[in-house]
Amino acid sequence: MKFRSVFDVIGPVMIGPSSSHTAGAARIGKMARQLYGRQPKWAKIHLYGSFAKTYQGHGTDVAIVGGLLDFDTFDERIRKAFELAEEAGMSYEFIEEEGASDHPNTARIKIGDDESDFELVGISIGGGKAEITEINGFELRLSGENPAILVLHNDRHGAIASVTSVLADNKINIGHMEVSRRDIGKEAMMIIETDQRIPGEVMEKLEGCDHILNVISISE
Amino acid sequence: MLFKNVSELIEATKENNISIAEVMIRQEVEETGKPREEIFAEMGRNLDIMEKSVKDGLNGVKSTSGLTGGDAVLLKNYMEKGNTLSGELVLDVISKAVATNEVNAAMGTICATPTAGSAGCVPGVLFGLKPRLNPTRKQMINFLFTAGAFGQVIANNAMISGAAGGCQAEVGSAAGMASAAAVEMAGGTPQQSAEAMAMTLKNMLGLVCDPVAGLVEVPCVKRNAMGSSQAIVSADMALAGVTSRIPCDEVIGAMFRIGKSMPSTLRETGEGGLAATPTGRALAAKIFGPAAASKEG
Repeated sequence: MKFRSVFDVIGPVMIGPSSSHTAGAARIGKMARQLYGRQPKWAKIHLYGSFAKTYQGHGTDVAIVGGLLDFDTFDERIRKAFELAEEAGMSYEFIEEEGASDHPNTARIKIGDDESDFELVGISIGGGKAEITEINGFELRLSGENPAILVLHNDRHGAIASVTSVLADNKINIGHMEVSRRDIGKEAMMIIETDQRIPGEVMEKLEGCDHILNVISISE
Repeated sequence: MLFKNVSELIEATKENNISIAEVMIRQEVEETGKPREEIFAEMGRNLDIMEKSVKDGLNGVKSTSGLTGGDAVLLKNYMEKGNTLSGELVLDVISKAVATNEVNAAMGTICATPTAGSAGCVPGVLFGLKPRLNPTRKQMINFLFTAGAFGQVIANNAMISGAAGGCQAEVGSAAGMASAAAVEMAGGTPQQSAEAMAMTLKNMLGLVCDPVAGLVEVPCVKRNAMGSSQAIVSADMALAGVTSRIPCDEVIGAMFRIGKSMPSTLRETGEGGLAATPTGRALAAKIFGPAAASKEG
């Protein structure tokens, strides 16, 4: 069940003209911004499928840039996102990809500054809903609608159990969870969608668990 | 989940002796844990946005490309002269549907129902029926919950985007949702809502998504006039006792399979259908330059 709330269908309130190409695109951009945690200095946005063919007409470009500036789907500043990006000191570039993608509305967003860079792949699945399918080379699934956290950790036994037991102790129910890693014993990642919002003090407890590198709230 | 498909939705209304809107509200409470009043208020805000989009469109807007805008005004003026073929109610419905989509095309603020390209059908039918049925604000909000219940079934069992399943999935779904909600607001049974939804969706099957220059303008705006008028016709058929020989859930299944077999040129890529006509390509060239037109051709 991807569309769990009535407001997935009657909503979102948004700037036109396309829920999948404008609102969904803005949400992908905003999720990238939230995961990165700060305003990037540059953005390279690769568009696939219908995104690549029709992005100018649908305002997909201004919407993604608007999302990278942390704007919501209904934020009227989306219309002027290019100018505002310039003011914010963020350069951007769009690359139309010819190759096929699993989903017709796919964007690969690479962002960064002098310190670090970040990459994600997002898909816009219709009606303004978006999902992240890949983060820094890790494949995952995330609806962007439930409270969700990203946990970066070392691939050691007990890391996952310690995180889930902190959540259980605080009566937070896990709706969806994915675990992936690049190689045995190297850096790994958990994506956890929860039914309840995770309070700040619980986030701190999670960060204090063994082998945990970083915990980020990615949607609410 | 209280329902996964239309037959379970109808079953839930019978078991608890409640309306479709009430099933949807109870499910939302269960799903989100939010209080009922908060959910109702949130839907009320969406209703207000829709009302404002209709009003803005009827005052006249123009898109950046110049392809759309102003037709809602023409329709309203024509309706007010009183000498129409399809009658005041249908003209009122379609002028309000077109108004919403013209605001959307002009990058105005709208509420997606279920998508932006199909955002005219639900408010068009709702605000077009308002003078006839004189609903309370509560009934108008319930209309949106009922539309949402049917839309959720389609979204989870088929698709609601033109890129995934063609216009049948967008305007088709929106029109189906609007017709089911119209039946409930007019006092029909939940089963009649399902029949209206089935008949509307059946009549939209196979409709492709072929926007000129890739813009949500041509033919999207007028397709919402078509979808909203079909919604009214199906609602009246269902209220008259006409039923669909193919059950609603099976119609949704057919829509899904048709969408899956549609070539990508006819799924919101701006490469086929009306977009690929000589005039469609010429318009694309005029808006984005010759390079863009050849890319899209």
